[in-house]
Amino acid sequence: MSQTTAPASRPQPDVLAVAARRRLRFPAALRNPLAVTGTAIIVVWLLLALLAPMISPAGPLAQDFERLQPPSAAHWFGTDQLGRDVLARVLDGARVSIILPLLLVVSSLLVGTIAGSVAGYFGKVADEVIMRIADLVFAFPTIILAMVIAASLGPSLTNAVIAMLIVSWPAYARVTRSLVVVASRSEYVVAGRLLGNSPFTSLGKDILPNIIAPVVVLATLDVGTAILLLAGLSFLGLGAVPPTPDWGAMVSDGVQNFSSWWISVFPGLAILTVVLAFNFLGDALRDTLDPRTADAVKGRAL
Amino acid sequence: MKTERRSAPAGIPPLARYLAIRLGVTALLMLGVTLVTFILTNLVPADPVQAALGEQAAANPEIVAQFRENAGLDKPLPVQYFTYLGHLFQGDLGTSTQTRTSVATELGKAFPATIELAVGAILISAIIGIGLGLWAALRRRTFIDQIIRVVSLIGLSVPAFWMALLVYFIFFFQLRLFPGSGRLDPTAVAPPHVTGLYTVDSLLAGQWATFGDAVYHLVLPASVLALYTIGLLTRFSRSAILEVLDADYVRGARAKGLTGRTVVLKYVLRGALVPIITVLGIAFGSLLSGTVLVEKVYSWHGLGEYAFSSATKLDLPAIMGVGLVVGIVYIGLNFIVDIAYGFIDPRVRAA
Amino acid sequence: MNQPSASGGLSIRNLTLSIGRGEKAKRILRGISLDVPAGRITGLAGESGSGKTMTGMTVLGLQPEQATVGGVIEFDGRNLLELPTKKLNTLRGNDIAMVFQDPTSSLHPMLSIGSQLTDHLCQHTGMSKREALERARVVLEQVKVPDPAGALKKYPHQFSGGQLQRVAIASAIMCSPSVLIADEPTTALDVTVQAGILRLLRELCDELGLAILLVTHDLGVMSALADTIAVMREGEIVEHGDRFQVITAPRDPYTRALIDALPHDGSGPGAAPKSAPTGDAS
Repeated sequence: MSQTTAPASRPQPDVLAVAARRRLRFPAALRNPLAVTGTAIIVVWLLLALLAPMISPAGPLAQDFERLQPPSAAHWFGTDQLGRDVLARVLDGARVSIILPLLLVVSSLLVGTIAGSVAGYFGKVADEVIMRIADLVFAFPTIILAMVIAASLGPSLTNAVIAMLIVSWPAYARVTRSLVVVASRSEYVVAGRLLGNSPFTSLGKDILPNIIAPVVVLATLDVGTAILLLAGLSFLGLGAVPPTPDWGAMVSDGVQNFSSWWISVFPGLAILTVVLAFNFLGDALRDTLDPRTADAVKGRAL
Repeated sequence: MKTERRSAPAGIPPLARYLAIRLGVTALLMLGVTLVTFILTNLVPADPVQAALGEQAAANPEIVAQFRENAGLDKPLPVQYFTYLGHLFQGDLGTSTQTRTSVATELGKAFPATIELAVGAILISAIIGIGLGLWAALRRRTFIDQIIRVVSLIGLSVPAFWMALLVYFIFFFQLRLFPGSGRLDPTAVAPPHVTGLYTVDSLLAGQWATFGDAVYHLVLPASVLALYTIGLLTRFSRSAILEVLDADYVRGARAKGLTGRTVVLKYVLRGALVPIITVLGIAFGSLLSGTVLVEKVYSWHGLGEYAFSSATKLDLPAIMGVGLVVGIVYIGLNFIVDIAYGFIDPRVRAA
Repeated sequence: MNQPSASGGLSIRNLTLSIGRGEKAKRILRGISLDVPAGRITGLAGESGSGKTMTGMTVLGLQPEQATVGGVIEFDGRNLLELPTKKLNTLRGNDIAMVFQDPTSSLHPMLSIGSQLTDHLCQHTGMSKREALERARVVLEQVKVPDPAGALKKYPHQFSGGQLQRVAIASAIMCSPSVLIADEPTTALDVTVQAGILRLLRELCDELGLAILLVTHDLGVMSALADTIAVMREGEIVEHGDRFQVITAPRDPYTRALIDALPHDGSGPGAAPKSAPTGDAS
């Protein structure tokens, strides 16, 4: 349409409008077919994980069957090198391979958001210390860093998750910090402080509601990354210890028996579907973000 | 984008000044990386002595003391750091506690292998990723756009180690279309060492057969590695290009009657290049992570495999070496990206 | 010359444009008829949202993809609305050129001025890069950009807004078009350089015999520059006539309201940089 008198520099958008736009529009996002597909797959997998003991055709550790049988009516996904039912292990593995990364994302979100808010709101020394630590973590590829930490702590699922927590919180800290810095300069936040709000009231009531949406989107996209990372560590033998059924470890069982393709194909497909579902959902949610906050997320979460 | 506004000293061309500033920042970062790797390896709670000597020898205090002294582990940490730094400047990265060979020598072999793999993968993903991103952006909100979106999200979701195995199984084990392991045919002789990259070295030596063999061996691992970065680049270039498509200067270029080809290639791509190059840097960094998982499947004796074996055996000098090399690569990437900005965008140069 | 001849100029007849379909369709242009004759500046005024910019864009076929267009835009004996994109492309920038509101965003920030001034010239005429650069130097001199040879090697961020708009005008007249559409050419500029740009447009119109369609919301600019003025409101032309008549004796109440809103000092018709006697521009 025809333009009115637009000065060369873009005018600052109305503060209230910005605040309103930053809220996550869930209903709009959920009309997107990608989001619907993603959510459906996630729900199915969570149900399967929950009901695994009841619907599983066999115990995940039971070595009751003939070894290395290809998929058949009796064993839909075949059996592995120890005569265990692969389907049973995939179902039971969902409890480790989905639930643990979910817990991990929630904890790194909490740690990172708190650290980032403190850094962004209080600035100065707190900012320098927290962000320099984050920088150190960012100076190395996540999996190499996680690998070194996991190896030095000793292979176990707990240690793998600790290692992942160490490498994953800085992403949230950075995004939160940049959002908090922008938000805390807004007039309504300054006005709140002038009205006598304490820093914590100001942070909790005026600022946090505005940064939740992008951080939630970041977290949704991050679940996929976390599942891949945990599976990768387990694949390398630094996560789940045998005989714990874990999808990454199951794929690595296939390395020694790769002519029995079913051992690794099915757990791999399980990883792919879950990660894809979270990425579908996260990507659709990101579309609903206001473009400028989306920028903050874009640089981190992919 | 960096906007460092300082008054320019007279007589120095802006590009040269820009390069000098970036070079200085890079040198400082390098020093930081050495400190980080040092601190990191010293924070490790597990006992490297035991890992290196084995349980029996570690039970003997005399052998342990001897080992600690040889490795300099008995001195205070700052002293250890400066000794380490001093050795570093002479190109001495220490000796691997596992293989008893110089870490520098081992890294010298592993590093080019990984770089060759990563460069191969980034080339594949840049061509396909930017191409798909452009296609999706030009057909925005159409069926094609949706398909490309799903494809790129699949690329981002595939577990690399699993795909590596699957591709190995199909294209090597079943179809025998491509070699499954190593960088060259076992009967082939490596080309004379210049860069350590077999493709480059064989070309320099004019050995076409070896070059073909090296590329042939690269196909499977590089393609698997590229899946993730293709997804990354597709999503990113799409949004970068969309932003540019709405720009006034693109409307202006169309108003000048330029052909669609010229508008896209000269105006649109140029405008989107800065964010795309930023992502290329991020993508290359993420490829280094990916190599850890993919190299294992394809017996590619590179940095990822070396990092894995030294991490599991707590070979501290080797881990520090890997950390240092990777840190330097990351910094080098940032440097290259910054330089690229300077060449592409005249405003960065002038700032 | 009171009845404008169509040769070299544009003739718009009953132009309609709507976005969307059926009941929900938003009618942006509701039957615009307007002549843009050679050697004259035709002003198209109106507030934002009245459809004046869309009229300018539609002439070049740059309306939104989902828009439905009707009517006739006649140029050189052809209806532009019926031309295939390829044909239209040979006219765009070549016979009909455009100057945009904000030169800092309508010129590519990462391409040199020389490159942006010559690419369409080379494409439309098949001229060599070297000849094109020589022509660019001459044109820059014509639009009074200082140090034309040096300017070719510079980038947009190295110019002030006023100078850059001169560069943008140079780019528009590189191929010697017969029609120039100027969309708010002074709105984004400092008040101090606006007069210079207006004077330049007047000179180009007189010297090159250009048909200029001046789109602006600023009646002050309009009364200073345009030979005839059309006032738009909600997709329709509510007033059309000679400059003096429209400014001094508006027939339409809306136009009168617009004129009354003008400040009454110095920006009336008399402030024209160079007054253009009606009917005799060459």
